Amino acid sequence: MLLRSLLPAVLAMVHMAGTAFSEDLGDAEAGAKVFAKCKGCHEVGQGATDRIGPHLNGIFGRKAAAHAGYAYSKSMERAGADGLVWTAETLDAYFENPRALVSKTRMSFRGLKSAQDRSNLLAYLRDFSDNPADIPEAEPTALPTDHDIDPAILALEGDPEFGEYLASECLTCHQSDGSAEGIPSITLWPTEDFVIAMYAYKRKLRPHPVMQMMAGRLNDEEIAALAAYFKGLDQ
Amino acid sequence: MTFNRRMFLGTGAAAAAALSAPAVLADGHGKPRVVVIGGGAGGATAARYIAKDSKGEVAVTLIEPSRTYFTCFFSNLYLGGFKEIDDLGHNYGTLAAKYGINVVHDWAVDVDRDAKTVSLAGGGVLPYDKLILSPGIDFVDGAVDGWDLSAQNAMPHAYKGGSQTELLKAQVMAMPEGGTFAMVAPPNPYRCPPGPYERISMIAHQLKANNPTAKIIVADPKPKFSKMALFQEGWADHYDGMIDWIGEDFGGGDVSVDPAAMTVTIDGEETKVDVCNVIPAMKAGRIAEMAGVTDGNWAPVNAADMSSKADADVYVLGDASQQGDMPKSGFSANSQAKVCANAVRGALTGSKVFPAKFSNTCWSLIDTNDGVKVGATYEATDEKIAKVDGFISATGESADLRKATYEESEGWYAGITSDMFS
Repeated sequence: MLLRSLLPAVLAMVHMAGTAFSEDLGDAEAGAKVFAKCKGCHEVGQGATDRIGPHLNGIFGRKAAAHAGYAYSKSMERAGADGLVWTAETLDAYFENPRALVSKTRMSFRGLKSAQDRSNLLAYLRDFSDNPADIPEAEPTALPTDHDIDPAILALEGDPEFGEYLASECLTCHQSDGSAEGIPSITLWPTEDFVIAMYAYKRKLRPHPVMQMMAGRLNDEEIAALAAYFKGLDQ
Repeated sequence: MTFNRRMFLGTGAAAAAALSAPAVLADGHGKPRVVVIGGGAGGATAARYIAKDSKGEVAVTLIEPSRTYFTCFFSNLYLGGFKEIDDLGHNYGTLAAKYGINVVHDWAVDVDRDAKTVSLAGGGVLPYDKLILSPGIDFVDGAVDGWDLSAQNAMPHAYKGGSQTELLKAQVMAMPEGGTFAMVAPPNPYRCPPGPYERISMIAHQLKANNPTAKIIVADPKPKFSKMALFQEGWADHYDGMIDWIGEDFGGGDVSVDPAAMTVTIDGEETKVDVCNVIPAMKAGRIAEMAGVTDGNWAPVNAADMSSKADADVYVLGDASQQGDMPKSGFSANSQAKVCANAVRGALTGSKVFPAKFSNTCWSLIDTNDGVKVGATYEATDEKIAKVDGFISATGESADLRKATYEESEGWYAGITSDMFS
């Protein structure tokens, strides 16, 4: 009943969406909670830097793959060259199903099904785009210090040759070109993020049985070697 | 002392001319030679890694009869209607073009380990310094009473990828309404432990949609099988009453077939069937036996580098090898190939050899978006490849997790085929 009575209103909104969508964003406060799903890889806000993914300050209105200094996938670069610009509409489509929009994106995310979540997330990110001067005085939302790993472990210099051998085992599932179809991309990550992720599996904080098992038998030196190898794997 | 490229170049033009080395190098005999027999998950991976990582220092020849290789892994998904046959086909063009691998589409018919040569059906003879055998499986003669290879059109095994898979699917799709599909399951050890049971699931999926009153009978010589609780839970949930699994305890090992009459006799009871998938007991692909590296049905290997226990210059990968605890799977073969490639390259070029690490994961699809998996890691001991740690999907998992597991298996397929062929 409720659905039927709402339907004309919903249709009207959809009809408007083509023109007025960008003015019709959701609740930024709720969007901050949705962003929790993103912050493993992306920072946004004061002092945000590129991590596994690029930082998202100023994303609205920017051409895809246009943020200097970040190594995008070939697929994302192509999308940018073809004219993909991040607007509320294109970001909404990307959040809903990343690979439907950019087929070989390295962003390993299954997508946000809820239109409300997407709209709230758009509102949240918009706050960091409208006017860079208005960026709230706050810590970046994804903190590299969000772990308790011994700094000595993070400081280990990995041996890329050893990493190349060890990585051959990873490449049975994770693709060397960084595409993420059903299995996440692990290329070109900052070494620190790579090491943190592997320790999260090793300690069974991250919940994937294959990765818990694989990481479980890697020692500090091996994890450092893998991080060093995958950081440089660009093809 | 090793004589490497840098030292050679350092000797200067005069010395090089005196040695007449350029003439020798020009026809390729200056490089160490690796011959790989079999272009599947073991052989294609080993050839690719040796050629790629040695950067031209090793001459690699890959012998594989098929120009298009159809993976056996994921062939059940074709039977279930989740993949097209073309999704499973791959060719060797990139291995030749990108890494300079000499891909020879021919049958290897003999190995002379004293002369270190491989003979081809087409008449050629290839010398090797290191030989890698990755021939997959063949079937044990007389394993199923009434069946031999000449009956494979009437009663397909469909346990090698390609035309057999297509034949079995055509037969399933042509079954009369309410007809009977029978499978004779293999005894241990065999290629892809969950394979027969994923196949039963996929055929049940087809029949449920197209022929819902059809029946499936499985005669199994084993008392239990891989992922048994997961499959049985899935069969009860999705295909209730359709599948009759007859294990060892109920005479499932006492089977004979009559391909002309299309009958299957299980524990003395004869049944007329419409399709019969006979998966006989297996052994190493025949070339391993001809090379004299088998002991019984399989080829024993050293766990540290996959070298044959009979010959230090011959390596055996994948299903054909007898290595210890790893299941016979495409994933295992791919994993073993990398350890072997690292060791072979080290022996031939002096590159650093790292300790062996092995792993395997096998995904199975029970019904649409209902994927499960089992996996383990392994290490090399003096005796064998030994299991270190493992996991298996649980019964009663959420639909979301099962869907994610299926999507992960598709990611793995893209990953491993890229690791073999790209």
